[in-house]
Amino acid sequence: MSDASPFMLELENVSKSHGTTAVLSQVSLKVEPGEFVAIVGFSGAGKTTLMSLLTGLERPDTGRALFKGEPVTGPGPERGVVFQNYSLLPWLTAYGNVLLAVEQVFPSFSAEKKQEHTERYLAMVGLSPARDKRPAELSGGMRQRVAVARALAAEPEVLLMDEPLSALDALTRATLQDEIERIGRTAGKTIVLVTNDVDEAILLADRIVPLSAGPEATLGPSTTVEIARPRDRRALNHDAHFREIRRSVTEYLLSTKSARKKDMGRSREALAGPMLEVST
Amino acid sequence: MERFQSRIAAVAWPLIGAGVVVLLWAFASATFVQNLPSPAKTWEVSKLYVLEPFEKRGELDQGILRFTWYSLERVMQGYVIALVVGAPLGFMLGMSKLFTSSFDPIIQVLRPVSPLAWLPLGLVLFQKPEPAGIFTIAMCSMWPTVLNTALGVRSVPQDYLNVARVLKLSRMKTLFRVMLPSALPYMFTGFRLSLGIAWLVIVAAEMLTGAPGVGGFLWQEYNSLIYEHIILCILTIGIVGFALDRLMGVVERRLRSAT
Repeated sequence: MSDASPFMLELENVSKSHGTTAVLSQVSLKVEPGEFVAIVGFSGAGKTTLMSLLTGLERPDTGRALFKGEPVTGPGPERGVVFQNYSLLPWLTAYGNVLLAVEQVFPSFSAEKKQEHTERYLAMVGLSPARDKRPAELSGGMRQRVAVARALAAEPEVLLMDEPLSALDALTRATLQDEIERIGRTAGKTIVLVTNDVDEAILLADRIVPLSAGPEATLGPSTTVEIARPRDRRALNHDAHFREIRRSVTEYLLSTKSARKKDMGRSREALAGPMLEVST
Repeated sequence: MERFQSRIAAVAWPLIGAGVVVLLWAFASATFVQNLPSPAKTWEVSKLYVLEPFEKRGELDQGILRFTWYSLERVMQGYVIALVVGAPLGFMLGMSKLFTSSFDPIIQVLRPVSPLAWLPLGLVLFQKPEPAGIFTIAMCSMWPTVLNTALGVRSVPQDYLNVARVLKLSRMKTLFRVMLPSALPYMFTGFRLSLGIAWLVIVAAEMLTGAPGVGGFLWQEYNSLIYEHIILCILTIGIVGFALDRLMGVVERRLRSAT
């Protein structure tokens, strides 16, 4: 019975080591259908490992990863992934990269239907004019859009995004954040976003789950973001609820970091984006 | 204007360099190496073969490009065999650690073996000079393709393989649509090196088998004491080898810029 579980994705007491390093320890997470969850943590805390467990690219050492109540045995197109470094195939055009996914997921489509489907998703991310360009000819932001289009074109039930915007400049980042917010709102998909940017998480997600500093990272108490959509990034600056979430998430993360006696000054800077002054 | 000047320089300096070498050659043949034919004499004796490059006057008396063509045909046969065997072998080495640990040592042992050693074995195996020559070319020129293909396959970024896994591409599709395009620039470097070796081997193969071709002609003219033609053959072999390498280089650059 696949509809036995009310959750889209679950991690049950998952631990994962790479070699002798215990990356994740006793991680539990439940994601409801249609929910947009942001996992926020430091660079190197194990966010990508956590994501790999959800995609099925890696298997947990102990505990279980579940998709709709069934154990995740491997990756699959029903869980679309936007990788941190885009992972576009450089010898294919933007169109070719998206088409590869479409051909694979919808083999029964006619050639015209495949083309139409591919073009629709390129248009959704505003890339129709660049459809015949190869990744090397595209800017970082455009490459990430292709990656998003490729993931969405497979019409996945869940969209998993691993720091999709971390390599982009601030302005491109803001534009793409707005786009992801729009896609999340209109497509009604279950989305898990992993990021190191608290502001980004609050702007986009329904719920924020902090990942403590590694090694042996684990998920902290989650915070629901009760800010009406569509969210306006300028208005957020003055929203008391926004500031409160920002403060509590940042403080939780820093407390786990200081417990590890690491460089706090740098971490605070990295966590608080350039968008706001830290209000204390 | 500056561009024009640099173009002239690009042509002028190589010509000056070649001129210096010809002068040294003329000086040497006129003074201390009496057996070396002078440049003028070489041209005089070779003229017929260069100016009527496709003429066939007899089995071993043909225009230089006609001989070159025979040699190229032979090289291409051996080279194609080398690629057809070498590329899949390289893929297996690149994909399987077990295969690598089993067969890499023997490959490293066979790789430095000279064409002069393979040819007699080819003659024993095939009992005829023509396939023995092709066998030798294939055996000697295969290795760069094998090793570079293996390197290319090992260098396929994990990210691309993750994409293939997330999309659940079949093994065949992953091979042909992800790994092969990703490894292709490396493979082409191997193809280019292999072609260079194949061309290097042809002279030895033709010398020992006496087959008509630029190498066979060279050996026959040495035996006939027409030393001018040795120089003609050396220059022809060099120019053809250079042209082949350039041609492959252009294709290789195209591939690299595409990825």
